[in-house]
Amino acid sequence: MNKNMGYAIALALALAAPFFGYPVFLMKLLCFALFACSFNLLIGYTGLLSFGHAAFFGLAGYVAGNVLKARGMTFELGLLAGIAVGAVAGLVMGLVAIRRQGIYFAMITLALAQLVYFGALRLSGYTGGEDGLQGVPRGTLLGLVNLGNDTTLYYVVLAVAVAGYALIVRTVHSPFGQVLKAIKENEPRAISLGYDVDRYKLLALVLSAALSGLAGAMNTAVQGFETLTDVHWTMSGLVILMTLVGGMGTLSGPMLGAVLIIALENQLGDFGNFMAAHTGIEWFSTLGESVGMVTGLIFMACVLLFRRGIIGEIVARQAEKAARKPA
Amino acid sequence: MEIFGVPLQAMMSQLLLGLVNGSFYAMLSLGLAVIFGLLNVINFAHGALYMMGAFFAWMGVNYFGASYWLMLVVAPLLVGAFGIVIERTMLRWLYQVDQVYGLLLTFGLTLLLEGIFRSFYGVSGQPFDTPALLQGSTDLGFMILPNYRAWVVAASLVVCFATWFVIEKTKLGAYLRAGTENPRLVEAFGVNVPLMVTLTYGFGVALAGFAGVLAAPIIQVSPLMGANLIIVVFAVVVIGGMGSIMGSILTGLGLGVVEGLTRVYYPAGSATVVFVLMIVVLLLRPAGLFGKER
Repeated sequence: MNKNMGYAIALALALAAPFFGYPVFLMKLLCFALFACSFNLLIGYTGLLSFGHAAFFGLAGYVAGNVLKARGMTFELGLLAGIAVGAVAGLVMGLVAIRRQGIYFAMITLALAQLVYFGALRLSGYTGGEDGLQGVPRGTLLGLVNLGNDTTLYYVVLAVAVAGYALIVRTVHSPFGQVLKAIKENEPRAISLGYDVDRYKLLALVLSAALSGLAGAMNTAVQGFETLTDVHWTMSGLVILMTLVGGMGTLSGPMLGAVLIIALENQLGDFGNFMAAHTGIEWFSTLGESVGMVTGLIFMACVLLFRRGIIGEIVARQAEKAARKPA
Repeated sequence: MEIFGVPLQAMMSQLLLGLVNGSFYAMLSLGLAVIFGLLNVINFAHGALYMMGAFFAWMGVNYFGASYWLMLVVAPLLVGAFGIVIERTMLRWLYQVDQVYGLLLTFGLTLLLEGIFRSFYGVSGQPFDTPALLQGSTDLGFMILPNYRAWVVAASLVVCFATWFVIEKTKLGAYLRAGTENPRLVEAFGVNVPLMVTLTYGFGVALAGFAGVLAAPIIQVSPLMGANLIIVVFAVVVIGGMGSIMGSILTGLGLGVVEGLTRVYYPAGSATVVFVLMIVVLLLRPAGLFGKER
């Protein structure tokens, strides 16, 4: 199957989806798919593991929520605010974290994101503290199109997500993206070739953070609320898991991963109740509340057995097949 | 008597509390540093294993009627044994791949362990009685010293310095340090490096379990007790750098005291002061206070 056909099928499915599924859930899938893809820009194409992406996602969510709610601005201004906040947060975090390599980068981003979390907890006048920001209106598109209708909003969200994805694809294939790849493969060599490696890393982080901010802002507008869950470190872990399941460093993998993980999170309670009813084991009914346990298990299984992820595995198999075929 | 407008009593009790927290930072960051040195793995599960130590102690006391003192020995051994199983069955497959996978595996393990304890005990804390011998407090004249807190600081100092002594001053420690520098060469001299790696991981996590038991009577035993602590400990590790054993101990204790002082003068900042310090250190001395850039 060639790539364009794959995209065409995915797009056709996405266009038809609201006629079959619940649009708000589908929009959540799209937001997280964009979030995972922008995270992947960093881990998959630059080789930096950020453990603090929840900060960008959540912070943008809060700002967008306030822009839409308190200021009553339009939908696209909410998204722009989210992008701006994400980019600035990425720049600040990057200026501090880029100073250390590898594993330290992960620990520093985690600690900085925790700082954002405490900030969100404390500034309850702005964020709503423990209760979160409730009743965020969706606003209108350019002040013209009413987004109260789920289906209308769905197509707007789809368009934004596709645009974001297209930007990521374009970045990866641009000369800039190739330099990022070179840094990931062999940083000393990239330095010796004269590239200002830190500069490139910082720019990649800012781009990734800005797109994460877009996803976070859009998610708040779609859901109508924003809570501390989105800035918590478990959210940073979740986006890593999405990317890992789908395939780090593949373009479409994180999207698939996001869909699978969010669907799993949603359906786990039902599945637990089903199992409890059919096996008579009461414990299964608690499964809905122990999403963490299940995601932890998937995490471990992926790291131990399945490091390439679903799409990564498919790509690798195809490459193997092509190599075996006599030319 | 007052110091900058704060009564001496209040000052001293916050300092002690800071020292207690610092002891936990020291023990946990020490374990992280030892494990990282030999395994090149950042053990995210350290917080969860600390929680596990506390829970094992709680279970021993509540289900089997064991004493605090017995569990202070048994719980770390159980946690260490659990760590050895984890290292043998999972971590060892990741030594050949990128370091981040070790972090991700132990992150998954953290979620799993926390989820398991949550599904049995919920999120509310379980009370844990201070052992009879250490109840009450001693009046030192300038402050009231709660006996148990004094014990926590003393016990963790002894354990930390014993660890430092073993690693820096004994033959066993010399093997360990050599293994950190060049495992292949050490293996060529006939030292069983894989066994050493396993035992090191077991020891590092047992230290976390020990810290958990010590913490149990001070904070309520809850499945979430390790999660927030580990992030602070990561910041401690970044500030101190993982190059030196003594550095980890001193950084841990020092940051605990700084946190205590912050609680006196600017209570709102006490939860975040370690993170802010981390930023300052990264800007001024990126390798950390005791670290060497590799």
